[in-house]
This record gives sequence, structure tokens and C-alpha cells, in this order.
Amino acid sequence: MTTQPLRIADRTFHSRLFTGTGKFSSVQLMEDALVASGSELVTMALKRVDVRNSQDDLLRHLRHPGLHLLPNTSGVRTAREAVFAAQLAREALETNWLKLEIHPDPRYLLPDPVETLRAAEELVKLGFVVLPYIHADPVLCKRLEEVGVAAVMPLGAPIGSNQGLLTREFLEIIIGQSRVPVVVDAGIGAPSHAAAALELGADAVLVNTAIAVAGQPVQMAQAFRLAVEAGRLAYEAHLAVPTLHAEASSPLTAFLD
Amino acid sequence: MSFRPIFDAHRWDEVKASIYAKTAADVERALAAPRRTLDDFKALISPAAAPYLEPMARLSRQLTERRFGRTMQLYVPLYLSNECQNICTYCGFSMDNKLRRRTLSQVEMLQEAAVLKQWGYEHVLLVTGEANQTVDVDYLEKALYTLRPHFAQLSMEVQPLDQPDYERLMRAGLHSVLVYQETYHQQDYKKHHPKGRKSNFHYRLDTPDRLGRAGIHKMGLGVLIGLEDWRTDSFFTALHLDYLQRTYWQTRYSLSFPRLRPAEGLLQPKVEMTDRELVQLICAYRLLHEEVELSLSTRETATFRNHALRLGITSLSAGSKTNPGGYAVAPESLEQFEISDERSPAEIAALLRQQGYEPVWKDWDAALST
Ligand code: SF4
Repeated sequence: MTTQPLRIADRTFHSRLFTGTGKFSSVQLMEDALVASGSELVTMALKRVDVRNSQDDLLRHLRHPGLHLLPNTSGVRTAREAVFAAQLAREALETNWLKLEIHPDPRYLLPDPVETLRAAEELVKLGFVVLPYIHADPVLCKRLEEVGVAAVMPLGAPIGSNQGLLTREFLEIIIGQSRVPVVVDAGIGAPSHAAAALELGADAVLVNTAIAVAGQPVQMAQAFRLAVEAGRLAYEAHLAVPTLHAEASSPLTAFLD
Repeated sequence: MSFRPIFDAHRWDEVKASIYAKTAADVERALAAPRRTLDDFKALISPAAAPYLEPMARLSRQLTERRFGRTMQLYVPLYLSNECQNICTYCGFSMDNKLRRRTLSQVEMLQEAAVLKQWGYEHVLLVTGEANQTVDVDYLEKALYTLRPHFAQLSMEVQPLDQPDYERLMRAGLHSVLVYQETYHQQDYKKHHPKGRKSNFHYRLDTPDRLGRAGIHKMGLGVLIGLEDWRTDSFFTALHLDYLQRTYWQTRYSLSFPRLRPAEGLLQPKVEMTDRELVQLICAYRLLHEEVELSLSTRETATFRNHALRLGITSLSAGSKTNPGGYAVAPESLEQFEISDERSPAEIAALLRQQGYEPVWKDWDAALST
């Protein structure tokens, strides 16, 4: 049984699990976990790599057929800095895909909606495929969609917190009204959270900390792969609606027939 | 708006008494709290917390791994000058110390930089004494322009400056500034800094505010452990940090806990901090702030660093020389203080890997701060 592929901009993904590269105890372990996850899109902080050096350790371990790089702008604080970083990433890594992250607050790493919208507008004009990391704000998502982003990436909970879908109610609204793919980013701490996001109708999830910091990252990556597949399969199969009461066996409106 | 009114509202002796009055119940409450307050921090650094070192260490390690993963930043100091017009009772560069003074030229800086590059460093901390005639803002600016093309991140530990000077240096590529208060004990601060501009306690105390207003990316705080009661001093550090985080919320913060080391012509430390106590302090800081960077220098012994690095530390220096020209130009010049851990960066990186950590040489890019 295969699920529907996901399309973002000009690319098709068979895996709905996007991954990150931070926090692993070694680049080899990172590579092994990415392979086990089956992920086809992996985000990587521009600040961590030496873009002038093609032998950069991290980049070397990310070169896999079928694995696309999604450079992110982690570290920038303003739209201006983000645009500059994006151009650098495009030139050095030869991809116009970009995870736009502007979190000026270094404590909780919460995204700045004002600067993000500004940067997204400009980057789309410059020809980037922009995937913005944002709060689960339905109005902001629509505004971003209007300026032409390729997908939106609302957070489920504060980044790295492993708390799951704390923003569930808002994610439902976003998913319900979005015309671009919705990727739940940040906060997913367990495979069950990922499955829940997919069941909800999210198009994909991005997971980093929960895999990198697990006791057995490779095994955890595999668990996430399965959970995301299960969640999507369930979504496509149309979940039964939960009810509190048993249905009355004779319908209440039968007398009208 | 500055830290001054908050500082003035706290009396050293009262703070000290309140820390020493903490009980086991206070420590247990602090350990169990979902979010810890400054009052919880007092409990965690108090003598009452000593029996709780193991649970503190476990929690500290867990929080650090969740936030930073199993990674460790590596950085190295680059001493540009040992000229200094201050007298500090604990420092080898003190003006009353007879030594050959030396300030690196641009060519010499590059010679030093070449060694550090070869070792793999991308994050470098530029250090000087305070010699406003020769090592002034012009000199520092030139140093930044000279070194900027070669490193991903440049930090500074130099004399406190005015806000416009910080702004100017940031345009030249300065990413972060470390400025330790040395001690928050206002009266005794004078005894340790009898002469020179550094004896102005308030100018130093206001430095983080000037840095914050300048919009610095990262600042490092701390006290010099050995000058005064470390618990009280550390509480004031935490108080200062708390104010700064609320005020300059876009800035990142790092903390260090340098213990006094032998240096030419130095007084003996007034108070001694044991290894257990240093571990307690490291864990207490982590339990208060999950995101703050905690840094351990080569002042500490190899054995201590081997173990402590797993308990909450997020950045380490290695291979450090504390004399200008120490890496290539003038290896024999007089050092600021003796280092304890003499292992090379490669050895430290190997040790980290062996302990299941990824050594991170680069976690910034000059292009990100335009
Ligand atoms: S601590 Fe700094 S200011 Fe004081 S003597 Fe040493 S170099 Fe000079």
C-alpha cells in the first residue's frame, strides 16, 4: 500500500518525513539516521557548514541520491539578514529551496512573524522556493500563501521541546484552509505525535531533536518513518469520527420517511 | 533603563544570608519546579544543595542534551596584547608587574591566525589588557578587519567600551563580547582594582547594558571565582542575566566560571572553590536557564574537564595560550595566567568523539550578520 506522493513546488516526495541535521553526536550517526528515516528533504543550518569548502564534513555526509538539501537561515534576526543568507546559500549549495527561519529570540527560538512575512515576499520575488517556519497562526499562513511561499511550516510546540501538537486547534484551521502544503515543524517529540499530525491532514512533518537526541537515533528514525506512513495512510483512509455516545439504532428522524 | 536600580536594591550581606539559609526542602522544591526562579537558584547554589549533586547533575545533563544535543562548541583565545594600565591584584598583566610588553602587529596576528586555522578553529576570542593609548578602538577595529576573512566568528574580551565604539566594532565583524564583572562586591571590587580605569565599578557594571543597546549578538558574563564568596557573586550574575534577558531579548548569553589561577605576582585566592562546588554551580546555572551557553576554559585541569563536559557545558577551549604571540610569534612571552589543560585541540576533539560528542568548530557564519 503506498500513499499519495507530496508535491511542493517542482518536486515530488514519497516520504512525508522531513528531517534535520542538528544535535547528532557524530556526522556518521546523523547520516545513518537520515538513511533509516527514508527522508528526502533534510534541513541544514547554513551557519554550521563551510560553504566555500566542498569537503565540509557535514555536507559530505548529506550527499545521497534522492536526498535534497533544505538550507535554513537559523541565526538571522531580520528580513535583511535572511535575504542575504539565502543568496549565499543559493550560490554555494546550488539550490533555490530555503527554509526561512527568523527567530530573533534566542531563548525559545520563536519565529518573528513580521520579519518572516517581509523576507518571504522578497525571497519569492528573487526566485526562491520558500518554506517559512512560523507560529501556528492561520492568518499569517494565508498572508504567506498570498506572497507565494511554496509551503508553510507552523510549529507544533516550542522548538526542541518534544511536547507534541500543543497548537493542534490552530493547525486544524491552517490545514483546513491552506492552499499550499502544511508541514508541521518543531515540537514533535515522539512518533505518535508525528502520526497524529499526519492523521490531522498535515502534509508532512519535520523532525530533528526527537531523533538526534534519542538513545538509538537510527532506530528512532525508523520509528518515525513508520509513524508518518501510518498517519498518512489513516488520513487517506478517512478516520472514523469519535463519538461519546452509542448511536441510537433507530434514527431519530425515521418518522419523517 | 539599566541594571543599576535592580543592583542597588540588593544588599550583598542580605543576599548572602538568604542563600546560606536555604534548606533541603527549598532545594527539593527547586529541583521539582517546572520553571525555576532566581529564588530556586539560590537554593541550588546553597550549601543545602550539596547532598543533591547527583540528581542535579543528571537533570543538568538531560536538559543540556535536549537543547544542544551531543555537540560541543570549540573556541580558542587569541591574545593580541599584554599591555595594561590597570592594576588588578590577580592578573599577570597588571601594570605593576615588570614584564616585556608586546602588542601584535597585523602581520603577527595573521601568523597566529594561521596556526589556529590549521588546528581547525573557526571561533576565536580576541583578548587584550587595557591600554587605551596603543590598544584602542582603532587598533581593535583593525584587528577585526584583518582577521574577519579567516574566521566564522570573532569575539572579544577587552576593556569595557562606550556604546558607539561597540557599534563600530560590530560593523567590523565583532560577534560577541565577554565582560566579566570580576566581583559584584562593590566595596571589595576597589581592593582588587586599586588603580586604572577598571577601578570604576559602575562603568563596568553598565557595560552589558551598553552592549545590549548596541545590539550585540552574544555576550558573556561571569565573575572571577576566588575573589569573594562565590555563591553570592553567582547569584548577582544570575540576577544580572535575568535582567538582561528580559531587556535585550534578542541577544544570546553565555556564562563562564573562571577560577583564579596562578599568575606572575598574584595574590592567593581569598576563597577556594572545590571541584564539587564548581559542578554544583554549573548544574545550577543549567537548571535555571536551559538555553544559556556554559563555557569551560583550559584554566581547569584535564581530569576535571573530562568529566565536567558532560554535565551541562556547551563550549570548550583547547590548546590555549594566554600570552600575545603564544602560538607562533613569541611562544616564550609572559602569559596572563597558567593554563591547566595542555592538551591539543586534536586531542580534545578525539576525547569528545570518544565520549559520544560531536566537536563543532563552526556554528556561525560571518555572512549572517550583515
Ligand atoms: S585583568 Fe585585565 S585589566 Fe586587569 S591587569 Fe589583567 S589585563 Fe589588565
